Amino acid sequence: MNFLATLRVALRALRVNKLRSALTMLGIIIGVAAVIIMVAVGAGAQARVEEQIRALGSNLIIVFSASATFTGARSGAGSLQTISEDDAYAIGRELEEIQAAAPALRGSGQVVSGNANWSTIFYGITNDYFEAREWTIVEGRPFEPSEIYGAAKVAIIGQTVATNLFGDASPVDQVVRIRKVPLTVIGVLERKGQSLSGQDQDDIVLVPISTARKRVLGSTSLAKSRSVGSISVKVRQGIDVGVAEGKVRELLRQRHRLQPGQDDDFNVRNMAEVLQTQEESSRVMAMLLAAVASVSLVVGGIGIMNIMLVSVTERTREIGLRMAVGARSRDILTQFLVEAVVLSLIGGFAGIALGVGGSLMVGQLAGWRIELSMASVALAVGFAGAVGVFFGFYPARKAASLLPIEALRYE
Amino acid sequence: MSEPLIRTRSLAKHYSMGDTEVPALRGVSLDIDRGEFVAVMGPSGSGKSTFMNLLGCLDHPSSGEYWLSGQEVSRLSGDELAAVRNRKIGFVFQHFNLLPRTTARDNVALPLLYRGATAAERHDKAMRCLEQVGLGDRHHHQPTQLSGGQQQRVAIARALASDPMLILADEPTGALDSRTSVEIMALLQALNRQGLTVVLVTHEQDVAAYAGRIIHFRDGRVVEDRANAPRNAAGDLTAASPAGAS
Repeated sequence: MNFLATLRVALRALRVNKLRSALTMLGIIIGVAAVIIMVAVGAGAQARVEEQIRALGSNLIIVFSASATFTGARSGAGSLQTISEDDAYAIGRELEEIQAAAPALRGSGQVVSGNANWSTIFYGITNDYFEAREWTIVEGRPFEPSEIYGAAKVAIIGQTVATNLFGDASPVDQVVRIRKVPLTVIGVLERKGQSLSGQDQDDIVLVPISTARKRVLGSTSLAKSRSVGSISVKVRQGIDVGVAEGKVRELLRQRHRLQPGQDDDFNVRNMAEVLQTQEESSRVMAMLLAAVASVSLVVGGIGIMNIMLVSVTERTREIGLRMAVGARSRDILTQFLVEAVVLSLIGGFAGIALGVGGSLMVGQLAGWRIELSMASVALAVGFAGAVGVFFGFYPARKAASLLPIEALRYE
Repeated sequence: MSEPLIRTRSLAKHYSMGDTEVPALRGVSLDIDRGEFVAVMGPSGSGKSTFMNLLGCLDHPSSGEYWLSGQEVSRLSGDELAAVRNRKIGFVFQHFNLLPRTTARDNVALPLLYRGATAAERHDKAMRCLEQVGLGDRHHHQPTQLSGGQQQRVAIARALASDPMLILADEPTGALDSRTSVEIMALLQALNRQGLTVVLVTHEQDVAAYAGRIIHFRDGRVVEDRANAPRNAAGDLTAASPAGAS
């Protein structure tokens, strides 16, 4: 018996009990749709995390001054200003793995404009900072080199600061004061949103590094030194971040004249590592969702098995007749197996439609990010087919193992 | 000399009921030649149905031999028996056993489905067989749209579709009224005259009277095996037609 004929026989048998076939398919439809929706939601969440990683710069290394120990009491990271601007320039110049190394001095304070004021964080930076942090200026311009090294009274502000001080008005060319130092706003940063730790990354004021050192932070000791709080290092595309991290560490130990066996006097944090942990957990979450959804697919399969068993019992005489006119056990087995698989595959394709539609609706209604992938659709349908074979096999074998005389005489 | 179409030697069948063996057939040895029309009779429990199931290759004998057209079939596997049923035997049942919601043509073509015939071959063959039983114009009808006699003719056409050597009819008139029964017997006689061997099981003397040989079963044994001068069913039909109208 050729396959096409078997398929036609199966379709005819399924058409005889349209309502029953439809209800049986419903289990598979819901199962496949659930898998597709859950995978889409999970993949969406994962993609969001990945995007945040990219926004932060997945190839970003941050070097901090080390914690220091004074007579047994350890102070926090950055308490000793052990790294300098020159370390940053050396990293950028000497390591070809590095695309940009940006020194930054950090401070916090009240920023005032007219009668509006706002508490924020400010950084003294060079233009490398924009490259290292993958941050662009949406309005205005970056710093001129003369401004960076000449302690010019200029600032670039983040979106949150701009909104709080100037509302909807353009902040460019306005004057703000930090610690009584008047600074002209020359640019506004692109919106970055929350960091993964929940911090508002747009609540920030950037000033030239010399301005921060000499005018805003204003301490004489700081003004004399070249030390900085952190260096943001961007690794070139295609270079392993771990390898680059080792090179940076080696260079700094050399520059700081540390002996072998001596502890680093700086900390290197690889941001990608931190975020990859987060990505991992969202992937586990996505897999968990898919696993839960596939349970409903299995339940749908049990529905198929149930109906196929009923069908075998009902059609015992038909099976007997087919055997009498020459059907081998194998033919009967194939016939019922194909019926079960056709049932689950039609359900599977209907499930794709429902799943894709449902995913888009969830994305619209809940405002979640949805990632539909061909792989999840193919997987769901493949799984539906496998469910049909698995749960169709037992009833089909039962049909095939009937004895012709008993099947013929069955009332 | 030609060998008989059917040759059985000490053919026996036991059914086990719990721990006791119930004999259904206690050793039957007989020959049926090609072109014979045989009626098998006997009360229920006489073993005639068991004998028919064995002849039809639907069941395995417990012991003994069964040769069908020179092939020993009593030792064949299930799939081999299926092939024998498909190629050599045509079945006609008391309750027709047509597939519901399936056209007469597709019902007739059913045996051909299991020998890998193409759709065109199945279609052509089924149409010819339906014409042979006088139902060529009803090929697209479903069983519920046909009378009992027509359904049994479709079933006979199905038996013919496999070009069998042997037609096994199990109470073919059991579900039909007497006039339709005579029509069916006339059809079977016509097929027999074309060379088909027909073995039919019946408990009705009237029906057995159309056969050329009558075999009686009792308690799992053949108790009588005699030749019979067959009545002509076609003749009965023409004789009865004026009366049949009343």
